[in-house]
Amino acid sequence: MFKKVLVANRGAIAVRIIQAIQELGLTAVAIYSTPDERSLHLHWADETYHIPGEVPQDTYLNIHAILDIAKKSKVDAIHPGYGFLSENAEFAEKVNKAGITFVGPSPEAIRSMGLKTEARRIMQLANVPIVPGYQGEDRSTKTLLDKAEEIGYPILVKASAGGGGKGMKIVQVPSELETAVESAKREALKAFGDDTIYLEKYLEEPRHIEVQILGDHSGNIIHLFERECSIQRRHQKILEEAPSIFLTPKIRENICCAAVNAAKAVNYVNAGTVEFIVDKFHNFYFLEMNTRLQVEHSVTEMTTGVDIVKLQLKIAAGESLPFSQNEILQKGHSIEVRIYAEDPVNNFLPSTGIIRFLEPPIGVNIRNDLGIHAGVPVTLFYDPLLAKLTVFDSTRTTAIEKLKWAIDRYGISGIRTNIPFLREIVNHPEFIKGNTTTNFIEKFFSNWNVPHQSIPDEAFALAALSEYINQEKSEYHSSVDFESDPFSPWIGE
Amino acid sequence: MERFQSKIDTNSEVFKNNYDYHYQLTSELNHLLEKIYQHGPKDAVEKHKSRGKLTARERIHRLQDPNTPFLELSPLAGYELYEDYVPAAGIITGIIQVCGKQCIVIANDATVKGGTYYPITVKKHLRAQEIALENRLPCIYLVDSGGAFLPKQDEVFPDKEHFGRIFYNQANLSALKIPQIAVVMGSCTAGGAYVPAMSDETIIVKGNGTIFLGGPPLVKAATGEDVSAEELGGADVHTRISGVADHYAVDDYHAIQICRSIIENLNIQKQVSLSIQPPQEPYYDPSELYGVIPKDIRVPYDVREVIARIVDASRFHEFKERYGDTLVCGFARIHGYLIGIVANNGVLFSESALKGAHFIELCTQRKIPIVFLQNITGFMVGKRYEAGGIAKDGAKLVQAVSTAKVPKFTVIIGGSFGAGNYGMCGRAYQPRFLWMWPNARISVMGGEQAANVLLTVKQDALKEKNKIMTSQEIENFKRPILEKYEKEGHPYYSSARLWDDGIISPPDTRKVLSLAISASLNAPIIDTIPPVFRM
Repeated sequence: MFKKVLVANRGAIAVRIIQAIQELGLTAVAIYSTPDERSLHLHWADETYHIPGEVPQDTYLNIHAILDIAKKSKVDAIHPGYGFLSENAEFAEKVNKAGITFVGPSPEAIRSMGLKTEARRIMQLANVPIVPGYQGEDRSTKTLLDKAEEIGYPILVKASAGGGGKGMKIVQVPSELETAVESAKREALKAFGDDTIYLEKYLEEPRHIEVQILGDHSGNIIHLFERECSIQRRHQKILEEAPSIFLTPKIRENICCAAVNAAKAVNYVNAGTVEFIVDKFHNFYFLEMNTRLQVEHSVTEMTTGVDIVKLQLKIAAGESLPFSQNEILQKGHSIEVRIYAEDPVNNFLPSTGIIRFLEPPIGVNIRNDLGIHAGVPVTLFYDPLLAKLTVFDSTRTTAIEKLKWAIDRYGISGIRTNIPFLREIVNHPEFIKGNTTTNFIEKFFSNWNVPHQSIPDEAFALAALSEYINQEKSEYHSSVDFESDPFSPWIGE
Repeated sequence: MERFQSKIDTNSEVFKNNYDYHYQLTSELNHLLEKIYQHGPKDAVEKHKSRGKLTARERIHRLQDPNTPFLELSPLAGYELYEDYVPAAGIITGIIQVCGKQCIVIANDATVKGGTYYPITVKKHLRAQEIALENRLPCIYLVDSGGAFLPKQDEVFPDKEHFGRIFYNQANLSALKIPQIAVVMGSCTAGGAYVPAMSDETIIVKGNGTIFLGGPPLVKAATGEDVSAEELGGADVHTRISGVADHYAVDDYHAIQICRSIIENLNIQKQVSLSIQPPQEPYYDPSELYGVIPKDIRVPYDVREVIARIVDASRFHEFKERYGDTLVCGFARIHGYLIGIVANNGVLFSESALKGAHFIELCTQRKIPIVFLQNITGFMVGKRYEAGGIAKDGAKLVQAVSTAKVPKFTVIIGGSFGAGNYGMCGRAYQPRFLWMWPNARISVMGGEQAANVLLTVKQDALKEKNKIMTSQEIENFKRPILEKYEKEGHPYYSSARLWDDGIISPPDTRKVLSLAISASLNAPIIDTIPPVFRM
């Protein structure tokens, strides 16, 4: 096993990985950018290193600086978390070349799965169903128009190097195609430094269902069942659950089996996720493979009892999977919501500020993955994901009840969050029924506005009182002769 | 500094008996104070409130910074002094903190005879101004008074230390850059009009506040003019037309806010040259003082047991421990402030007096405030001691105490008799503050001693007539003397006449001293010029 592991990430996932490292008795090394000087992950890490700078390019994406720190701090391994450098093959290669273990798959697997066209080609060879589409090199407008016609509208334009909805455009009619392609290219270039795009059939009323995969160096590949992540807003996941209410046992077996086959096709090692799109006839198509830990891994951990992050470290250290497929059972129901620093009143624009108060709900089978604490600033430099709230219960119905309870008691102030929106989702009858398709938000919340809740008079009274007391305090504290009479018995409480 | 090792057994019967006795004395005091805090007669208080006014104590409470103490001065002033009931002498005075500044507050209590000035009211007002002067504390006058109490005009008006002195003081305090702020919350008639008029800044409350030299009845009599009080000297007139007041307040709350704002912007900075350390609570619980001090003030005990329950961490650096041991001198800290302590541990001999004078010189040269813990029957008498020059040695102590310019604080913890009172910084020796414990006694000599002196004189006269008193006759002769001394020596009697700044419970002594020391540090500690000591 390793002795010391560097976490090349920030926020909730850095905290999560640091905990796993420490649980295994290893030393956790954290890195941080200038705006993150007071971040939570530094609080937990055993060693911390500063990378001066603000924007990701200078900090959490700065391969050179991270490798320097890894060498200086003499770590055995680097865990990239998700986002940032987690699916950067060049980074994985450089880490390995420096004699340090990259906690994740091989650079080759990252690279082949990272290029969507290549991924589709491999999956086709492995008999994994794929969504009809066009990944040809000829991306002239005429060819794209022809191919789109073959596939049939509506069509999705997607970035080859993309993920997370960036550089993705839906085209309903041929006349919109050219603009959509240009726009997708621009976004892809900006986000991934690669403007390669491809076309794909857009499935109506689809569901997003993905399968968690684990592979070790002995060639064992198993799955930890599926997650349904259909509740998305502008292709950004906001609520995920396991199991999917939509799958029958037979389809579940098929889809999980397909995921394992997909992983085997690239000799996959470590944790990964095979994403599928499932239509209302239970037809499923390979969407992409994420060669990293997923944000929503917590729902899988809750329903299988497997600590995925600890296993990632063990596998990276060369250990074999400690269990076989038939030892893995899916039990109960788990739902995760993502708490974003986004203002639902203001069209979900990122909200910045300082977190003044944070008191997430605590209770049985309530899991909080936090990347923040009171007093820290939330900036525009990084992803607005602040925290995750995951609940577990025996059934979906009871899990929803627990989730409602927890969301209602999520105490956070100082910045605006999507909590009011999450509350509406989990209370929505269609969500409760399980009618969760990827266009759920679009369908039921297109004209949604934050419900106007009248603030009780008591709140105003308390706010006024608090303001008054603070003012009085500052009034006399500011003028008390602290310097000359520092312990004055006249100072009030 | 070493921690004092207490020899008190808190489980002993003696301790428990003492404790019960002194606790009871404090309970009685608190009971009396509770009544005094209720202001004047109930109907007067209700009438006062019905005008939208706050009571004097409410005004002070709102003026202070939240959760800060009120170091009240002489709440028992006027107690059983006149036939009238005059709680707190009809004027509440003390030190409060306003926007971080320690200030003197002087608040008329209009529920007590309309806030008029009895002789004791004047004395209490002047005493508060004296404290403001000595400690350089801004003065806030919460004015609500009908002026002098006319039936006693001869005891209030003409003399040097009478009503006029209030305005003399205001002018001279202002000249010394000690801010004078008046809040007119009721009437300010005749002489009373000079309080706001002579203040640096004045606030007046709409409706209730009036300022005029002659009220409507006097105007009517003099000129035949019909005029309302508001038209004659109300808030609008004085803030808009006459300029007698500077700030217009809609009610008491508003007036107090303006007053706080004035204090906040005074631009005075406390500058402390005294050594200060983080405060530490005494190692021995101050509430044990109840059990430490004997019931009978004539019973000797080790005063270090008292010191240990007042000073930080019960640590005491004693000076000349082996010499003149009836006077205990040394350095300690109270709430972090470095102080010198002079405490009686028996009758004063020449050595004790010399030691005390020496120690006071140390304190004045080093500019360390001195706390006197007074429990003294007097100086030793007798042929041997007179021949030894106890009079000139005692004089040295009195001289050193008199001229010491460091802040002095006196607590009478037991007896305060005769010249011992002088040597231990009695009222005449200008301590910044002087308090008494409920068990204390003050008189020219102890009651028993006085009775015996007078008895001896009487018996000497009878002897010439060859008469001898029977034991019954002796008893009858002594009883009224003892009763007179017990009554007049009692702390309530003293406090009623303002011979002190208040009666405090033994466990509160540390807190009261710390507040007073802190307040005293608003004035720079000046050099002491020694007198001619008779060697």
